[in-house]
Amino acid sequence: MFKKIMVPVDLAHAALLQPSIDLAADLAKRYQAETCYVSVTANTPGALARTPEEYAQKLAAFAKEQGELHGQEVSSRVITSPDPVADMDDAILQAIHDTGADLVVMSTHLPRRLDVVVPSNGGKVATHTDVSVFLVRHRD
Amino acid sequence: MENDSPNTPSGKDAPVSDGVPKPEGPANLIDTDYVIGQDNVTASRFGLDVDLHGKVFSISALTILFFVFITLALQDQVEPIFDAVFAYLTGNMSWFFLLAANIFVILAVGLIFTPLGKIRIGGAHATPDFSYTGWFAMLFAAGMGIGLMFYGVSEPLTHFGTALGGTSMENGARTDWAPLAAAAGDSDGALSLAMAATIFHWGLHPWGIYAVVALALALFSFNKGLPLTMRSIFYPILGERIWGWPGHVIDILAVFATLFGLATSLGLGASQASAGLAFLFGIPDNDVTMVLLIVGISAVALLSVLAGVDKGVQRLSQLNMVLAFLLLAFVIAVGPTLAIATGFFENLGAYLVHLPALSMPFGREDANFSQGWTAFYWAWWISWSPFVGMFIARVSRGRSVREFLIAVLLVPSLVSVLWMTAFGGTAIDQVITDNFQGVKDAALELQLFTMLGQLPLTSITSFVGIVLVMVFFITSSDSGSLVIDSITAGGKVDAPKPQRMFWAIIEGVIAIALLLGGGLAALQTAVITTGLPFTLVLVAACYAIIKGLLSEPRD
Repeated sequence: MFKKIMVPVDLAHAALLQPSIDLAADLAKRYQAETCYVSVTANTPGALARTPEEYAQKLAAFAKEQGELHGQEVSSRVITSPDPVADMDDAILQAIHDTGADLVVMSTHLPRRLDVVVPSNGGKVATHTDVSVFLVRHRD
Repeated sequence: MENDSPNTPSGKDAPVSDGVPKPEGPANLIDTDYVIGQDNVTASRFGLDVDLHGKVFSISALTILFFVFITLALQDQVEPIFDAVFAYLTGNMSWFFLLAANIFVILAVGLIFTPLGKIRIGGAHATPDFSYTGWFAMLFAAGMGIGLMFYGVSEPLTHFGTALGGTSMENGARTDWAPLAAAAGDSDGALSLAMAATIFHWGLHPWGIYAVVALALALFSFNKGLPLTMRSIFYPILGERIWGWPGHVIDILAVFATLFGLATSLGLGASQASAGLAFLFGIPDNDVTMVLLIVGISAVALLSVLAGVDKGVQRLSQLNMVLAFLLLAFVIAVGPTLAIATGFFENLGAYLVHLPALSMPFGREDANFSQGWTAFYWAWWISWSPFVGMFIARVSRGRSVREFLIAVLLVPSLVSVLWMTAFGGTAIDQVITDNFQGVKDAALELQLFTMLGQLPLTSITSFVGIVLVMVFFITSSDSGSLVIDSITAGGKVDAPKPQRMFWAIIEGVIAIALLLGGGLAALQTAVITTGLPFTLVLVAACYAIIKGLLSEPRD
């Protein structure tokens, strides 16, 4: 049913995202799908990486590790942006288009009042794409 | 491991590396154990996530509160203190401001012609994030857009008046405000001197100041891997100590100057815009109008800050660019077209001829002009430079140093020449040719509109003028909030969105508090006094630029 599953991840919060990462692996196994891990990162030096290329390496390593763990086909993609917090939704939507993913599995927080001004990335992506989106709730 | 194939970030068999790969293409990262965000406090309470540099955020917030409080509570006591400090700075330190600004210009112009100009910000193969028009529109809107609206007419006219009036002496000291030796009774000479003096204040020097800060920050962040905050400039001098208190102090000072610079100009700008609205549309010029203006400007800035650099600041800056160009084209077309066309080259020539004398730091005869105008402007530009410089740095990745300096230094200077020639030239022409004294007699904030009033289609052009003023305020406010947010987050540009909203709102709140409680002008004076410590930061930045560029690999 699904051929390519896209999993947006932020390596700085990998532990928080574990449920969605696990779920994506389960689904990938069920449908023999490829998993593509996607990150939107700043072009300025950050906590995890001092260059976008370093971040790309870390994400590739993370993807490889997941692939070996579950014995699945994986890939990774890093999108850099001068303002990643603001460009997150558009970058993910663009990545869905570019990778040809047909399912997105991503974490999202519980609904909250602030969503009126700052909508959740998961909700925004789900309402702006025609592929299936599986939002996994996490309690932060 | 060397990362020699930066264009293939994806791929399932990329090797795992412990070392830091270089930025795109050859570059030379600084080797430090500091992890960006290591001093940050992260929390999630009441549905709000925060990610802040504990010391920088809390101390700047407290300092800001303290200054707002004393300015409101002890207005009569603090105002003379701020004024005295400021008078001392421009009076006794003017040589330092003038000398330092000359160094910045010489370095910035010089670098264009050296082989170091080939080095690319972000590594040899980095590609720009923004198109030329988007990039340039943002540089210009952040740098001086709003100032050109207010001073484009008034400054040339003022210098023209004082230069024409000639010099006057009292007790062996000049009491007039004319630049250099004035041009008593010679209206052609006064015109060229007035334009040269104005262009001097809006040309190479201010943009040289911005270019130095921006280039140093961009270099140490994108090429050297340090966080995008003011302290990184000091790495070549202080080394690892920048992660401690010396660095905290630099960053706190930058937050202070940026926030109060924005809040006070937002407050003063609202009172000017309100006067303009009263003049044009008869809207009552009172506190209610001003507060509504600040709320409106802050609300749009808030939306823009949420939309981010690309979809918020860039689009508004481009809108402004188009509007400003239309207004400029209109003034050139219906104003004295031929005089402006020839004036452009004459004024450029006059600027270059008078430049050595105008920028001379020592032995000045025209103390009122060189201290009251030039040193004031330099302190003002320098106190804005952390904000403008940081913003320019953030949007300039992927440009070569030469390209960067041409776009930040030469192109804006030429635009300033054209703008001043068109707006100031038209106003002066109205005085000389039509003997129209209205502009000269109008209040500062109304001079642009009075000048436009002598041209056709007044209601349309004045409306465009008002919109331009407001949108320039919005672009200053949103880019400023982004800058403050990233400094107080320890150089992170991906801190949670509520933080940038906080700064955008606090700016408006402070502007309203000071507007209603009084003390806007006093606090603005206090902000300009931060120009002195930042001049030292800029001198350090010059050293850092040379050191940083020399350590970059060249082919």
